[in-house]
Amino acid sequence: MLQVRDIHYTYAGYPVLSGVSFSVYEGELCGLFGPNGCGKTTLFKCCLRFLTPDRGSVHMGGDDVSQKKVEELAKTVSYVPQEHKPPFPYLVREVVLMGRTPHLGGFFGVKRRDKEMALDALDRLGISNIADWPYNQLSGGQRQLVLIARAIAQDTPLMFLDEPTSTLDFHNQMKIWEIMRGITEEGKTILACSHDPNHVAWFCDRVIVISNAGIVADGHPRDVITDEVLDRIYKDTCSVRSDNGVRMVMPRCITEKTIAGRPSHCRRLPEDSIGEKRHDPDGDEHYGI
Amino acid sequence: MMTGTEQLKRLLETMGYEDVSGFSEYRKILVLAAIAAVLFVTAVVAVVMGKYGFTVMDVYRTIFVHLTFGDTSAIDKLNNTIIWDIRVPRILLTIFVGGALAVAGAVFQGVFKNPLVEPYILGVSSGAAFGAALGIVYPAIFISIQLSAFVFGGLAVAVAYLLARVRGETPIVTLILAGVIVGSIFAALVSLLKYLSTDAALREIVFWMMGGFYYATWKDVQVIAPVVTIGFIILWAFGWKLNILSMGDDEARTLGVNPERYKFIVIGIATAVTAFAVSLVGIVAWVGLMMPHASRILLGPDNRYVIPASFMMGGIYLVICDTLARTLTNAEIPVGIIASILGAPYLCYLLRNKGRVIFG
Repeated sequence: MLQVRDIHYTYAGYPVLSGVSFSVYEGELCGLFGPNGCGKTTLFKCCLRFLTPDRGSVHMGGDDVSQKKVEELAKTVSYVPQEHKPPFPYLVREVVLMGRTPHLGGFFGVKRRDKEMALDALDRLGISNIADWPYNQLSGGQRQLVLIARAIAQDTPLMFLDEPTSTLDFHNQMKIWEIMRGITEEGKTILACSHDPNHVAWFCDRVIVISNAGIVADGHPRDVITDEVLDRIYKDTCSVRSDNGVRMVMPRCITEKTIAGRPSHCRRLPEDSIGEKRHDPDGDEHYGI
Repeated sequence: MMTGTEQLKRLLETMGYEDVSGFSEYRKILVLAAIAAVLFVTAVVAVVMGKYGFTVMDVYRTIFVHLTFGDTSAIDKLNNTIIWDIRVPRILLTIFVGGALAVAGAVFQGVFKNPLVEPYILGVSSGAAFGAALGIVYPAIFISIQLSAFVFGGLAVAVAYLLARVRGETPIVTLILAGVIVGSIFAALVSLLKYLSTDAALREIVFWMMGGFYYATWKDVQVIAPVVTIGFIILWAFGWKLNILSMGDDEARTLGVNPERYKFIVIGIATAVTAFAVSLVGIVAWVGLMMPHASRILLGPDNRYVIPASFMMGGIYLVICDTLARTLTNAEIPVGIIASILGAPYLCYLLRNKGRVIFG
């Protein structure tokens, strides 16, 4: 669905991306994981043609992105940015309706079906109750939910989400990951970046770990979210534990206290719901680099 | 057989105004209809007001005869001249100028993602003032003041746009800065011309820059009506795209609206419409800033409604201002002065009461 080949991007003389290549397959929930400033958002923007890479190519559904018109591209891929606040008080339902823009035609083109799809998207995220609020007066987390609803209304085979859960509470974080799982089960493809190693380990079919040096690892979370990889990108800050089959990334400062005999509050953490529900992908051999 | 309401419903459906739960399209259409009614009433009242004490009957009989292509020789000559040749075209011109400025204001505010922008932001007024001053000071070379004002108004914006264009992109901040630069250059050139001009020419330049409808004729209406109407319809049709543009360049790209192309188109049309209005009547401030706001208060920020509402409210506001300008005192006050004196307190009220809703 998505092939990125040898992308190079330089910003003000500093190389941000140098030779990044990877692929995402149809129906996959792929996590992009890496430390601050390693170029995740830049990579997204190069793929979406907001930025023109110095070298390399991006293909979506077999077509070269650089040859596509903006209008066509928006029918293929939707994007949820990290943070966005416009000056005008559009209502939430209007912002979500804007997601239908690539599919509109005619004088103004907004049809009954478009409005209904916008309302369905709000329903799916469980935020119909804020439909009549001005979007620019919501909290950061609420705005993020609205933008995800907008991307769902855009109804594209490929979705890019830039830290979709960064400003959400714990409940909403889990809900969004579950919704993303649901979307990929409908056959759509998602590339989402995240800073939480546990989230990508629990929910993603595949994880691409990226650092300033390029791609560090690419494969099934079981093979990628490991002590070795985490040490390389986070310099010995965490270790991977397993609790009843659920893998957890924990900070060393906490695990060392546990070893010292202190009562661990971490051990009582989610052994119940989250891990068991996890969709268990198979055939991960061909994902490795 | 379809009934009238069904036909109307069908029309609204094809235009995308169909009412689906919670989008309150029909309520907004009713508001638009109400504004249209207010515009009509304002114009009908304004045409009766004036220094000459015609009776209401005199006025409407004169207009009625003309509208029905009746026998005009039956009307009093003086009545005919003042009502049909002076007042009616003046009010129509006022409506079109007010509408043009307000629509351009709404468009500029959307494109610039800034509710405090007015249509003169890219230097069209300074350019037009320079063009007009050239025409006034050197009438032998620049035959028509209006044409010269229009050309230089457009030129100023074109220069600002080219200055701001870097590597195929025109970022908003750069564009605003370029507008400020170009505007100040032309303002300096106007000052130079004022310095060089005779007293009579200086007086004329100053009056031109305050704006006014003193010399409105049917010819002016014939020039501006088609241009503004066409510009208005195109911009209205871009209403939804304008909503997307007002979310930001990256957002627009995500949603399949090429920001560079549509920015260029809508800025171009809005500038042409503004330059036309300014070249005919001089610089009228505030309408383009305030009326889009007033429309947003009534209808929300959706430009599919804000643009038609701005057009009509710009017309209403300027008709009121101009009627005051020509009736308050024995001499005529330049309309720009009235528009500013009425406008400033209004914006003050907006800031204090609705500031958070409108300015985010």
